[in-house]
Amino acid sequence: MDLSDLSDLIDLSALDELAGAVTAAIAVVPVGARTQWEVGGPPPTGTTVTAPAGVVRYEPADMTVTVGAGTSYRELDAVLAEHGQECALDPVDANATIGGILATGLSGRRRLRHGPVRDHLLEVRVVDADGRVVKGGGPTVKNVTGYDLPRLFVGSFGTLGVLGHVTLRCRPRPATARWFRVADGAHPGFRPSAVLSDGTTTSVLLEGAAADVTVQAAGMQECDPPGHIDGEHRGRISVAPGRVDAVGAALARERGVRWLAELGVGTVHVACDESAGLAAARAVAHAHDGWLLREAGGGDIDGYGRPLPNLALMRRIKSAFDPTGKLAPGRLPL
Amino acid sequence: MAVCWPETGAELAAAVRVARRHGRPFVARGSGTGLAGGATPLGDPVVIVTTRMNRVLDIDPQARVAWVEPGVLNLDLSRAVSHLGLHYAPDPSSQQACTIGGNVATNAGGPHCLASGVTSAHVLAVEVVLPDGEVAQLGGLEPDAPGYDLRGCFVGSEGTMGIASRVAVRLTPNPPAVATMLCDFTSIEAAAAAVSGTIAAGVLPAALEMMDARITRAVEDFVGAGFPRDAEAVLLIEVDGLADGVAEQVAAISDVARGHGARTVRIAADETERALLWKGRKSAFGAIARIAPDYYLHDAVVPRTRLVDVLRRVYEVADEQRLIMMNVFHAGDGNLHPLIVFDRREPGIWERVHDAGTEILETCIAAGGVLTGEHGVGIEKRDLMALQFSPDDLDAQARLRDAFDPDGAANPLKVLPRGSRCGELQRVPEGTWI
Repeated sequence: MDLSDLSDLIDLSALDELAGAVTAAIAVVPVGARTQWEVGGPPPTGTTVTAPAGVVRYEPADMTVTVGAGTSYRELDAVLAEHGQECALDPVDANATIGGILATGLSGRRRLRHGPVRDHLLEVRVVDADGRVVKGGGPTVKNVTGYDLPRLFVGSFGTLGVLGHVTLRCRPRPATARWFRVADGAHPGFRPSAVLSDGTTTSVLLEGAAADVTVQAAGMQECDPPGHIDGEHRGRISVAPGRVDAVGAALARERGVRWLAELGVGTVHVACDESAGLAAARAVAHAHDGWLLREAGGGDIDGYGRPLPNLALMRRIKSAFDPTGKLAPGRLPL
Repeated sequence: MAVCWPETGAELAAAVRVARRHGRPFVARGSGTGLAGGATPLGDPVVIVTTRMNRVLDIDPQARVAWVEPGVLNLDLSRAVSHLGLHYAPDPSSQQACTIGGNVATNAGGPHCLASGVTSAHVLAVEVVLPDGEVAQLGGLEPDAPGYDLRGCFVGSEGTMGIASRVAVRLTPNPPAVATMLCDFTSIEAAAAAVSGTIAAGVLPAALEMMDARITRAVEDFVGAGFPRDAEAVLLIEVDGLADGVAEQVAAISDVARGHGARTVRIAADETERALLWKGRKSAFGAIARIAPDYYLHDAVVPRTRLVDVLRRVYEVADEQRLIMMNVFHAGDGNLHPLIVFDRREPGIWERVHDAGTEILETCIAAGGVLTGEHGVGIEKRDLMALQFSPDDLDAQARLRDAFDPDGAANPLKVLPRGSRCGELQRVPEGTWI
């Protein structure tokens, strides 16, 4: 019987360099591939630190993988693909690092079926403000032991600690994945993986057994995956899914604002060539009880444009983890 | 002891404020079905019972969201939305009795969480009464609430960050096709290997449960679900989705099961048979009363690839302590529920039950597992936390808790070990509900 302690198999010395850099720095700026460099508040200045890259441990039969947070999504996906698996994070730019995706809370366009990025993370090893390596969560697919530090770190923009190693949940890759055009008001099928609309066309991604996809797609026209919208000024709106149609209609009235909505999710990606467009889109989001997170450009507009809800509680968390405010200063308006 | 039964969110908040004004801590209690002692009053708290806050406030079938009060029973919620072709996915075995508020506190699981995830994946927003008596909404119906994921922190915090007064839950569409399979094996090892083999083959069923021989016979005597009495282990497996995908998965699972020596692979012919099989599984803990008057149910998770080795060791530990061990558990998740049945009148039996339990948990941790998969830490495992977490890890958790509850007023003495954060190993604390 082999019941050796698996924790011994993970080489944590790879985090020593990161821990040393964090300890020495006065202001710590975690850096991945800079694909989301302008997200949130103004990019902080200080000592840039990077997490180790590469797969630390992959057990295909457990459907879990541990990687250095500096690993690119491209590399992770290639490793998982060899075993017919995937982790449906789907960043627009596959060079994005896993740590960057987690820190910015960036869910992929298949979220409707596969869940938000926070549901993929099982365990984290972070370097805290004092340079200590702290573990949160657990390596198994199910775990409720102690407080949910992994979820706390998702979307925390590096302001509570620097992600070092992360363990993610994987899934079997779908046998078939095909995009189809959906007529207005038509049912997009059972459990679609994504339904995207730009106001004129709606596309659905169906994944699963080939025959099921064919049956579901009866009467629909196959199409290419919708392109990602781009522009110098970008953001993503988060509203209750029931209000996406109204948000889309309002955005359509704004000149020069391109948008792509994830129906059923409530995320609306916005891009424009003038910063005024982003400000207008933010006003639309606020009018529908939502938010626009600045992703790039935007001129004077800041990360969220409004005080964060539960600000006092968030400030207490921030100061509990980073009493001197050295971690990613300014990324979140706290 | 002070106990109160608020009927509205305002009364709930008032109860917390009154407790605080009088310098008393407070503890929330739903139906009291928790197994780790999370709702057990420690430190002379005011007990705030949520069972009278049992209204489903709003159902939005289009958005597939329901707002409910914390005292709504898990199964009642699914019943309230069944006419819409929807259900609430997390389905603990206690779902007829447990409350949504308690599910949120423990981040409860259930057989069908294998594919659909535990409670945290199904809670969009929580309105909570924070430990200072203030009311706040954590999370929202929008996909990403700005700032830190306070909702994610609160779910599973076992009442130590406040009390939920309203919960927005995600509702799940009923699948068009479902197949429920019963596979029987002549050894535990073969059944466990079939579980690992199924996952390794790239199949992720909706549910994958294992029952050993003792449980199977006890359930069969109790329910008459048609389980084979001579099997050493049975697997109850459910796959759902669209017809062809379901058929493919049934075929793949059947191949794996037979390849690991399954004697029979039975597929429920209709909804009645399917319901009976699940009734058998969910009656397991009632059925064991036929064997001995007391039981201690454990909850730990191991990597699915280690199931065979860990299960073998679990039975060895029971043999060494001369205890009756049964296993009925969420095998597909690697979520073990070793169940020790005993008669507390037998002299010296507590010692052996405790020792066996601790050794089983140590075995699971050493195999790369965790202390609890769905029951929570409560007081039962508080002093075992150091098995899984270093002093620095526990310190980080304590900092998060303190940010929510600087005065330690919410459900004191739970989850994190007291004093020295190295938390040396101790017996299961007095007062643990078993």
